Amino acid sequence: MPHRLLKFGFSDHHPEPRMFREVSQLKPEYDAVIIGGGGHGLAAAYYLGKDHGISNVAVLEQGYLGGGGTGRNTAIVRSNYLTPEGARFYQASVELFQDLSRELDYNLFYSERGHFTLAHSPASLRTQRWRAEVNQHLGIDSQVVYPDFIQSQIPQIDLTCGGHQPPIHGALFHPPGAIARHDAVAWAYARGADRYGAEIHQQTAVTDIEVRDGAVIGVHTDRGYIKTRKVLSAVAGWTTHITKMVGLTTPLVIYPLQAMVTEPLKPWLNHIVVSASLHVYVSQSSRGELVAGASLDPYELISSRSTLDFAESMSGHLIDLFPCLPQVNVLRQWAGMCDMTPDFSPIMGLTPISGFYLDSGWGTWGFKATPISGKTMAFTLANNRDHDLIKAFNLSRFERCELVGEKGAASVGH
Amino acid sequence: MTSRLPPQPGEWIDREQPLDFQFEGVSYQGYTGDVLSSALWANGVHVLGRSFKYHRPRGIYSLANHDANALVSVGSRTNLRADCLPLEAGLQASAVNTLGSASRDYLAIMDRFSRFLPVGFYYKAFHTPRRLFPFYEKQMRKVAGLGKIDPQYREGPTGKQYDFCDLLIVGAGPAGLSAAVDAGERGLRVILVDENPHPGGSFTWQWQRNAEAQERYKKLLDRLHALENIDLRPGTIAGGVYSDYWVALFDQHRLTKLRASAVLIASGCFEQPAVFQNNDAPGIMLGSAAQRLIHRYAVQPFTRGVILGANSDAYRLASDLAANGIDVTALCDLRPEGEPSTAHAQVEATGIPVYRGFTIYQAETRRRGKQLAGVIACPLDRKGEPQPQAGLTLPCDGVAVSVGWAPDGGLLYQAGARFQYKTEVEQFVPNSLPAGLFAAGRVNGIFSWPDQCRDGLRAAREAAVYLGQPGVTELDSVTHQGPSPSHPYPIFSHPGKHNFVDFDEDIHLADFKNAHQEGYDNIELVKRFTTVGMGPSQGKLSNMNAIRILARHNRATIQATGTTTSRPFQHPVPLGHLAGRRFHPLRRTPLDAWHRQAGGQMAHAGSWLRPEYYGPADQRDQSILSEANQVRQTVGLIDVSTLGKLQITGPDAAEFLERIYTGRFHKQPTERLRYGLACDETGTVLEDGVIARLADDHFYVTATSGGSGAFYRELLRWRQIFQLNVQISNLTGQLAAINLAGPESRNVLKDLTSIDVAGDAFPYLGVRRGTVAGVAATLMRVGFVGELGYEIHVPASSALHVWEVLADAGRPFGLKPFGVETQRLLRLEKGHLIVGHDTDALTHPAEADLNWAIAKNKPFFVGSRSLEILQQRPLTRQLVGFRLADADVTPFPKECHLIFDGDTIVGRVTSIARYSTLKHPLGMAFVQPRLASPGSQLHIRTAPGKSVVGEVCSLPFYDPENLRQQ
Repeated sequence: MPHRLLKFGFSDHHPEPRMFREVSQLKPEYDAVIIGGGGHGLAAAYYLGKDHGISNVAVLEQGYLGGGGTGRNTAIVRSNYLTPEGARFYQASVELFQDLSRELDYNLFYSERGHFTLAHSPASLRTQRWRAEVNQHLGIDSQVVYPDFIQSQIPQIDLTCGGHQPPIHGALFHPPGAIARHDAVAWAYARGADRYGAEIHQQTAVTDIEVRDGAVIGVHTDRGYIKTRKVLSAVAGWTTHITKMVGLTTPLVIYPLQAMVTEPLKPWLNHIVVSASLHVYVSQSSRGELVAGASLDPYELISSRSTLDFAESMSGHLIDLFPCLPQVNVLRQWAGMCDMTPDFSPIMGLTPISGFYLDSGWGTWGFKATPISGKTMAFTLANNRDHDLIKAFNLSRFERCELVGEKGAASVGH
Repeated sequence: MTSRLPPQPGEWIDREQPLDFQFEGVSYQGYTGDVLSSALWANGVHVLGRSFKYHRPRGIYSLANHDANALVSVGSRTNLRADCLPLEAGLQASAVNTLGSASRDYLAIMDRFSRFLPVGFYYKAFHTPRRLFPFYEKQMRKVAGLGKIDPQYREGPTGKQYDFCDLLIVGAGPAGLSAAVDAGERGLRVILVDENPHPGGSFTWQWQRNAEAQERYKKLLDRLHALENIDLRPGTIAGGVYSDYWVALFDQHRLTKLRASAVLIASGCFEQPAVFQNNDAPGIMLGSAAQRLIHRYAVQPFTRGVILGANSDAYRLASDLAANGIDVTALCDLRPEGEPSTAHAQVEATGIPVYRGFTIYQAETRRRGKQLAGVIACPLDRKGEPQPQAGLTLPCDGVAVSVGWAPDGGLLYQAGARFQYKTEVEQFVPNSLPAGLFAAGRVNGIFSWPDQCRDGLRAAREAAVYLGQPGVTELDSVTHQGPSPSHPYPIFSHPGKHNFVDFDEDIHLADFKNAHQEGYDNIELVKRFTTVGMGPSQGKLSNMNAIRILARHNRATIQATGTTTSRPFQHPVPLGHLAGRRFHPLRRTPLDAWHRQAGGQMAHAGSWLRPEYYGPADQRDQSILSEANQVRQTVGLIDVSTLGKLQITGPDAAEFLERIYTGRFHKQPTERLRYGLACDETGTVLEDGVIARLADDHFYVTATSGGSGAFYRELLRWRQIFQLNVQISNLTGQLAAINLAGPESRNVLKDLTSIDVAGDAFPYLGVRRGTVAGVAATLMRVGFVGELGYEIHVPASSALHVWEVLADAGRPFGLKPFGVETQRLLRLEKGHLIVGHDTDALTHPAEADLNWAIAKNKPFFVGSRSLEILQQRPLTRQLVGFRLADADVTPFPKECHLIFDGDTIVGRVTSIARYSTLKHPLGMAFVQPRLASPGSQLHIRTAPGKSVVGEVCSLPFYDPENLRQQ
């Protein structure tokens, strides 16, 4: 047993302080206001303090910490992306993640499981090879593997999919692919941000953003007005609400994304398995639950309601892959909202409105980018110029039609 | 030792049918109608399982499908709840998550270390040094998890069922039964579900000794059974309510998807635990569990018991236990004022001592916690704090807890109800319901059975009005009378820290204090940090107490503290039921059998099966090359029935096509084909095909095999947006298509068709309608493979006939069928791209040298604005052809290998063929424009440190003058 647990046993009182200060009042003015107390916003607050010495920061969260995309995703971290811009960015995130538990002194259960993206057709295998080639060039551990190897690593998988689907031709295998305890990422960043001076205000909703002469001057909240020259929107599925406040047009559209979890089982699945053809990704959490997600719902909707169709098709696809599962019980299903971009890459950085910064377009791929988006957005706020790693993701790329096509590497294949 | 009682009125067991079964390898006997828990309890087995974290022995607690610590495996099935698992002959069950057995679990040592494992301990340790985490995680994964999966388990598909009704009623207790009978007698089609194997709800356990109640129960059942329009479904769980009252019903065999016009929830309440030291010991159970044991299964819950109560239910329980011969040592009432109702007098009459303002401070156990020895009861001070120094020791082998209730409101929340906390009942009660949703009975805060029956009637009448029934007399709403059925804070601290709030997850009271101290002070954060409510029972026995605790820590009201979001499923449901039979369409062309007989190597292409080539699998390359040579030299035949085939008709047909495709169609002559290129709004190439004009208002369009389904949906979407007068019919499955290609194709065809196929009568890019082999056909002169060719579209039902006639007629010319891989080679030689193969998710027309297909000065087409911007920018890549000198280089390049200039990615191979009719390997690739001119060297990386050099060639490789297809 690690010695760090001893203090709990030998102490009369719980020897842990509050993870972040309880701040009752909003200050009249902040150097920066971050909208959204999810992983991204809290990470940005943390790196603003740590990397740039900016501590007069407020994080405003309408609900509770990590209650949006951070708490609803299936917690997969990987960097086997298709474009060099994407792969470099996500690789930097993976590298931050790998050391993040130590840095934040909070066990994030960052667990490297190995990530398989299954290919059910020659066309899909071609896309996987493309990704592998780009990845290898950038030093990312990623390769195309064939059925024998997949079966040896995941003995329970049925490569014929019970004859219900085209059989599995191969896969992209990405050994560093990991899962993490998603809520803990938000909490640990909150604690870190607080230690660098940021204030975290939950149950504080932004109602409007004051812009004068093309520049941000303040933020209206349901707890009063605050002055600030810099506002970061890090609200994922709510982004279009925020951009409306400043009159900014984006190509974002909101789609629901659903997931579900089974009762806990003893360990039997070590890897993360993704099939774009079957619209399924699944891993087994440290607690033993199978956590499974799908592709987007097929319609735009600003709602996090669950649907039965999702649970039915997801269950069918899980059984196609793992025929031993029919009697395993589903405990719970849920949904989140995704701000989708046309090219499946995020929208980050400066905007035409001075002092208004976007960290958005996170679609279905935001959790894995939490550390690097925080770090690069903090740089961007501090220096008022886009960090090199996110230059390709600026909103202006749509006007210029310089898209960063990651559709082939998101959950659904092209 | 057996604690089976003499026969009870209304008992669910059948004493005529005894059953033998095993638990943990030991044989026992029970009865048909028992659940595993009741049968074990009857046999004196009180340790049914172990807790998740500390491996503490646990017994029956709710006997209502919430006993998440009594999970068993039976054969390949695991995580089964013993408290609702029907007993079967020969059943062999064992507890999950033990090292040893339920009665002797070596992991019980975890309990000794519990003080070192406080809430969230795993966030505080194990992560440094980093290299050790994988080891720790592996150990933690092993001890976490519950049942073991059987990797060999297989199950045939379960069917699903659709159903419809006017009114779905969930819960067949007093309220649900009353509602069902009233609605049924009005003629409404009612489905009444209850998760228990028998209807009756609290009639079957709480009101068994109440003659008036039993009389009502019997009458309700008689009226119910007399009505054919009431479909009573016991053993059925309403798993979730989705939009528009789409309800998932689960029974033992299947999922039923029900569309209800209205839904009435009479699901009742979950009786709630009290929190005191060792409140989890086997023998401590809810009062309702004790009464279920007695009245449903005729099992004595204990012989000598203490009741911890805070409501009238506790007093009725005391009389009930006493009447069944149980020695009730004491009734500790948390309320200083005690019970105001007549129930109190009845208890006094039996001589049971009542301690007002008392709680159980702690339970005492023997045999390592496996057996309850007694309790220490003590008075509460004015603030409700226990005063252990004034404690009494009360020996007992059982405790029944009856301190309050929490609504089974999950389905109501999911359907959009809002709840308000009412202090009259110390319970959340629905206070706003969307149209068509109704609540009645205990879930609605109504606790006496006559009131519940009235409330059921009231709700049924409201539902009838909602459903448009005439002449309905509406009833006033029913309100709760008397003392609150729930105590506001049945939770008592203890330094021993074994006062559990959540049994599923072993979370005790101090964990909440500590979590709050760390800042997890919102109900959702508390849930996620402590994991309260995240276990198999999803907090049915813990969420309410967690809210009470948090409210107290936050000095807030229960209402302000709120609840976590309710999500499906009501109880865990098997993946197999949800999956059901799976329908994965696999499409075969009408020539499928012919291809197989001819040795076609069938492969999946999207949802289709197509022959890649004909011949043995070990002669793939030779077969493809031989088929290709045959097409080049004489004639070949390929089944292209998988092509998307869309008919576009109507006055606006041409206008519609002009908006979808990049080209012009208004002035397209009839009997002519044009190439059609479609982009999406970002200017990315989406689809291509040919567009034949058959009449002014009639076009026939082909689309790619893989993309046509999505393209068809996209066309329907645009039609809605454009509001044009145009009809789109998808004829893909209705028609077959056969491509006859090669220099001899005209000679093969000429005697088989009514159409004049002479070169000037039916030129390249012409389209004609006539007959082929006596069958009505549409013929198109296309040149995808680069030879003279005719694409013949005929009804699918005639395809085999036409194909065989063509094959016979071609025999003298050496005609061979060719497969899709051969076609790919031929088109590659001709330099034709395949959308989705040579293009990717960002390819715009200029990059693929398709600008010729974009009409100038068109006012609009999908993607035109994006293309305008793109056209003004320099190209970043171009699709080019390249050749390799040598087919024997190894490793030979594959599609999607990258092209490098030094350390920079400058391109990607999109198509490649090792053997071609041109005698050298050739391919297509995207490269940077500076490398696009013929003669440029392409360095293709084929393996780490290895590359192959290709040379850019102008396209097409074959017949650059386009003489052969004319």
